[in-house]
Amino acid sequence: MLLLTCPYCGVDAEETELHAGGEAHLKRFGPGASDEDFTAYLFHRENPKGVHFERWRHANGCGKWFHAARCTNTLEVFGTYKAQTTEPPKDLLDTIRAKRPGFRWRDLA
Amino acid sequence: MSDVHLALGGASFDGLVKITELPGQGMVTLRGDLADKTIVQAVQHAFGVALPGVRETAFDGENGALWMSPDEALLLCPYAEAEDRVSALTGHLQGAHALAVNVSDARSVFELKGRMLREVIAKLAPVDMSPDAFGPGMVRRTRMAQVAAAFWMDDASTARVVCFRSVAGYMFDILSNAAEEASAVNYFVR
Ligand SMILES: [Zn+2]
Repeated sequence: MLLLTCPYCGVDAEETELHAGGEAHLKRFGPGASDEDFTAYLFHRENPKGVHFERWRHANGCGKWFHAARCTNTLEVFGTYKAQTTEPPKDLLDTIRAKRPGFRWRDLA
Repeated sequence: MSDVHLALGGASFDGLVKITELPGQGMVTLRGDLADKTIVQAVQHAFGVALPGVRETAFDGENGALWMSPDEALLLCPYAEAEDRVSALTGHLQGAHALAVNVSDARSVFELKGRMLREVIAKLAPVDMSPDAFGPGMVRRTRMAQVAAAFWMDDASTARVVCFRSVAGYMFDILSNAAEEASAVNYFVR
């Protein structure tokens, strides 16, 4: 069972209160973008065994979208953070670096 | 003013707790930044209560405010006054980025009365209902079985459950089922 703490209402939300929203921090490429960028934006996704950054929505709760960093291998949750950001907070990255030395995820390491 | 047409005509069930569909609860949904001073004052003027903190409730008699999210509150008042309250609130909200709507007829409210109410709720919602984790003064927005719901406790043996009117029948059935006398687990009552 997955428990994520919603950064908006503070609830330790059980998985059935949540809705998965796919990969976090995608940069949108739209009109005027190259075919390569547009294709990557639409289709290319990370599929790591290990550290992953995702979007979740507290659907059966306060309704807010937020971010979660967790391990797809062990299901360990490193932390959650609000949606109004384009990158994970530094202290969370430090936590992950300490727990998973040498991890890589897109441009993050 | 029109008559109240309840979804289930005031249905009730007597088991581990007494479940009653409440007649005409006035409910106003307010969207807007709950930290905005104009919005806080508008609620104070129109409903006579201070906006509650995160996952908290504020009550003054029949008036109340429930924290729903950082930008949503559910305001309570007598059913017959809801329309006038929306007008008053909207007037006080001038200049703020906010919206108030009377949702009294879009929701159904059930009262749970009895010392087993924690157990009945715990059977249906993924919420820690132990007295240390949840009690009067708090509100929880969640799901009950398969439908969205919110509930709060007025006192140790009284809770109110709100759901969409369209699923009132389902809500009444699952609450009644969870409150069957023969299904007591006695987890919270020792
Ligand atoms: Zn939440």
